[in-house]
Amino acid sequence: MHLVYPVVLAALLFCTGLYGVLARRNAILVLMSVELMLAAVGLNLVAFDVWLRDELRSGQVFTLFLIALGAAEIGIGLAIVLLVHRERGTSAVDRLRELREPRGTPRPAPGEPGEHPTP
Amino acid sequence: MTGRELLSPSGQDVVFVLVGLVTLGAAVLCVTSRHLVHAALWLVVALGGIAVHYLLLTAEFVAWVQVLIYLGSVVVLVLFGLMLTRAPIGPSPEADSRNRPVALVVALAAAGVLVTLLVDAFRTTWIDLDTPHGTSRQVGDGLFRAWVLPFEALSVLLLAALVGAIVLSRRPGKRPEGGER
Repeated sequence: MHLVYPVVLAALLFCTGLYGVLARRNAILVLMSVELMLAAVGLNLVAFDVWLRDELRSGQVFTLFLIALGAAEIGIGLAIVLLVHRERGTSAVDRLRELREPRGTPRPAPGEPGEHPTP
Repeated sequence: MTGRELLSPSGQDVVFVLVGLVTLGAAVLCVTSRHLVHAALWLVVALGGIAVHYLLLTAEFVAWVQVLIYLGSVVVLVLFGLMLTRAPIGPSPEADSRNRPVALVVALAAAGVLVTLLVDAFRTTWIDLDTPHGTSRQVGDGLFRAWVLPFEALSVLLLAALVGAIVLSRRPGKRPEGGER
């Protein structure tokens, strides 16, 4: 098999995930796009491992580690998103701007529930 | 092997390109769909296509791990997350943020640069797929001889992630009647 096919497919999948990370608003959709990028990297690792005939199977073992890390990442990420949704009432990443640098005079955006939550 | 030309593909090449088109289309639909649940289901198709690619690259153990963990648990977790954040079932008009054109430009530029570079770099490179290179015996040899220490560290990391997720998702401040948390 030509090496260009898996490598180019992995690059295109990575760029698709990049678009998703930059363009999506829902935090869970951003996490899904990150999963796409991780899968593209895994495809790259396996393709180069099979091409180079590595004795230690480094690429495939790294892909297994990557899959396990992806599972851990999505678990922690979803727990954080659920916590933010419970505290703030939204999971849109561009509405969670309390920690941003104040632009001019700092003012809370109107109409956001739970802007200053009282514990 | 003689007779290797770019324009005379083998059967594996044809299957790889076809499955690759399906995978890429599913990925594009996953990042552009306005139905949140549909996006998660397109993610299933994309990750399943990548598992088929692993099989075509003779990395069968990685393929089955991908099916078990990604398709089995990650997508279920994502669907649970969508339900628990009360995602709408119908189309949600706010799925994309305002910087969508910028994201499109960045992604297309990155894709153009990467594809040009990779095609130029690996134009004359072929993978020999006649002998399998990723059966579970071979991967197990590598995993439990050379990589056993990172493997154990990874299991500790998974445990830490599990505990972290439990701590994060526990409701604070409400102790049960017994006083013990």
